[in-house]
Amino acid sequence: MNVLKAHKISKYFYEPEKFQVLKEVDLTVDRGEFLSLVGKSGCGKSTLMYVLSTMDSQYEGELEIAGQRLTGQDQNYLAAFRNKHIGFVFQFHYLLPEFSALQNVMLPALKLNNLSRQAIEEKAYEKLKMLGMEDQALKLSSKLSGGQQQRIAIARALINDPDIIMGDEPTGNLDSNNTHMVFDIFQELTQTFKQTIVAVTHDENFAQKSDRVVEMSDGRIVSEGKKKRAELNIL
Amino acid sequence: MLNSLKLSIEIAKIHLLSKPKQTLVAMLGVTFGIGMFVAMVSLMTGLNRLTEDLAMTSSPDIRIFHDITVERKSILEQVNENGTNLVYHQKPKNESLKVRNAMGIAERIRLHPEVKGVSVLLNSQVFYNYGPVQLSGIIAGVDIVEEDKLFDLRSKMKEGSIENLITNQDGIIMGIGLAAKLDAHTGDRVLITTPQGFTKSLKIIGLFQMGVGAIDNVKSYASISTVQTILGEDKGYITDVNIKLKDYKQAKFIAPGFQQSFGYKAEDWETANATMLLGVVIRNILTYSVSITLLIVAGFGIYNILSITIHNKMKDIAILKAMGFAGKDVKQIFMIQSLVIGLIGSLLGLLIGFILSYLISKAPFDGGDVISIDHLPVNFNPIYYIIGIVFGVLTTAIAGYLPSRKASKIDPIEILRG
Ligand SMILES: Nc1ncnc2c1ncn2[C@@H]1O[C@H](COP(=O)(O)OP(=O)(O)OP(=O)(O)O)[C@@H](O)[C@H]1O
Ligand SMILES: [Mg+2]
Repeated sequence: MNVLKAHKISKYFYEPEKFQVLKEVDLTVDRGEFLSLVGKSGCGKSTLMYVLSTMDSQYEGELEIAGQRLTGQDQNYLAAFRNKHIGFVFQFHYLLPEFSALQNVMLPALKLNNLSRQAIEEKAYEKLKMLGMEDQALKLSSKLSGGQQQRIAIARALINDPDIIMGDEPTGNLDSNNTHMVFDIFQELTQTFKQTIVAVTHDENFAQKSDRVVEMSDGRIVSEGKKKRAELNIL
Repeated sequence: MLNSLKLSIEIAKIHLLSKPKQTLVAMLGVTFGIGMFVAMVSLMTGLNRLTEDLAMTSSPDIRIFHDITVERKSILEQVNENGTNLVYHQKPKNESLKVRNAMGIAERIRLHPEVKGVSVLLNSQVFYNYGPVQLSGIIAGVDIVEEDKLFDLRSKMKEGSIENLITNQDGIIMGIGLAAKLDAHTGDRVLITTPQGFTKSLKIIGLFQMGVGAIDNVKSYASISTVQTILGEDKGYITDVNIKLKDYKQAKFIAPGFQQSFGYKAEDWETANATMLLGVVIRNILTYSVSITLLIVAGFGIYNILSITIHNKMKDIAILKAMGFAGKDVKQIFMIQSLVIGLIGSLLGLLIGFILSYLISKAPFDGGDVISIDHLPVNFNPIYYIIGIVFGVLTTAIAGYLPSRKASKIDPIEILRG
């Protein structure tokens, strides 16, 4: 079953001159799949991720996530949709600097407002613990190291149990131990909880261990990759 | 809805507290504006009220008298009505100031539903002589009981009592300033000279103080018959009919009717004190223009600080939106910040304004010869505090709205792409 369906996505930049970054990209991702997106620097991976995560709505083509067509929806609708269905880890792990690590993680859940504040706090601690960050919970996020901030950002992406977690080099700042840890978390989320991961990575090892590797070059998908997990092929 | 408001308040609070200095500066702008407004308006309306009170003390609500400056037709014009007449240097007729049938007029006015009290009196210019000193002034012949009903003379008495005037036919009650200038005291006899040359010795039986130099330094009260005697006039000689209304604000509407009915000039207190009351208008203009200027300046301050804050928080706004906050949530977050600044700033302003007003009201102030006050009058009417806070919050709401709306329109992708 598809959780994400992108059809003929094209995108242009007009500054400094007209230039096509994405060229009719087609991509479908199954529920529970752990997908890696690779490609040379500047080939359009981040640009595609912004389109897929609904942050960028200036594109041609069609996008559907969790059975909902998102192309042409207004900003407020998309914001609410992201809040509930999408977790995003930016290439440059953006946190709110004046808020503590814990507050950063809690914010999307407070916005969603499905749980009590106490339950949200417990859940946030649980996610922080999973990423080895519970002892930093009350620190201001601006006082954390790059790798620590990245892990907070991952915890934040997980807080609302989204259908799909998108990461733009989510392990880019992590040492190999922490990279392993994040990989294991992602694998568990996909296999046990049927959440979906789409992660841009430059880490060869990380990509090869995931369920599928999609390769981009110059704004096109040049290799769809093979689904390695048998159960995904059956689904 | 409630949850999203609660969350916005929480985020706004963190924003405000993380930059305490900036928040404080924005608040103090409002505090200063509102504080000055309250202090100014309290003092100015206090002064206005004093001015009005003085105007009320020095003149009745409506005064009816024979105005000899009223233009009259020359005899030639009366005789040759339709012809071309040239009259050079027409002189005023030697007219008596007498109001004919004053008692009858008074009785008729008493029946008017808006009228609270009427008294008849006669005024005359006189010279006061005491030892070597000679001063010009006024003597008013009054029915002291009626006069007290109109002007509350009893409370203005500094020495003696008004009843003394009823029993004492050659007594006068003298203005305290006039007595001081003459260096005369209660019990002394002063010599009164009328313009016609008549002289009479009268005894000071009391001193009054209205609080206005223009009265206290020139006026005395005597009984009607005493003044009629020194003027050499008959028992019917009355120059003024004074009227007190239930609502003094009605005077200027009622006066013209009396002038019509009785054929004598009827002057309301506002016309009689026009110069004095002009100050009220000027003070009002001054108060409101200065206050509005201060508030506009404070508003610009808030607009500036909020614009800078939003500019510095572009990235945060983009992240909030990426995480699922809608434009209106972002707007709410920044509106709350400006309203909190406005509300706390205004409340502090009210406090500062109150303290300033209080200090002004306690500071010694010498009114000099003109008005007898020892400190400035300050009006502590709560309405100005309500106006202050409404203005303060309104200004900050307007100043905060534009930057907040701009924040709500920020497209997160532009910022996150870097
Ligand atoms: N805002 C922009 N305006 C114009 N061109 C842009 C803009 N952002 C990116 N580009 C261009 O679009 C192309 C794709 O950029 P993108 O950031 O998607 O690459 P990427 O694959 O994520 O690279 P990296 O691996 O280095 O992160 C690049 O050639 C880049 O110069
Ligand atoms: Mg990139």
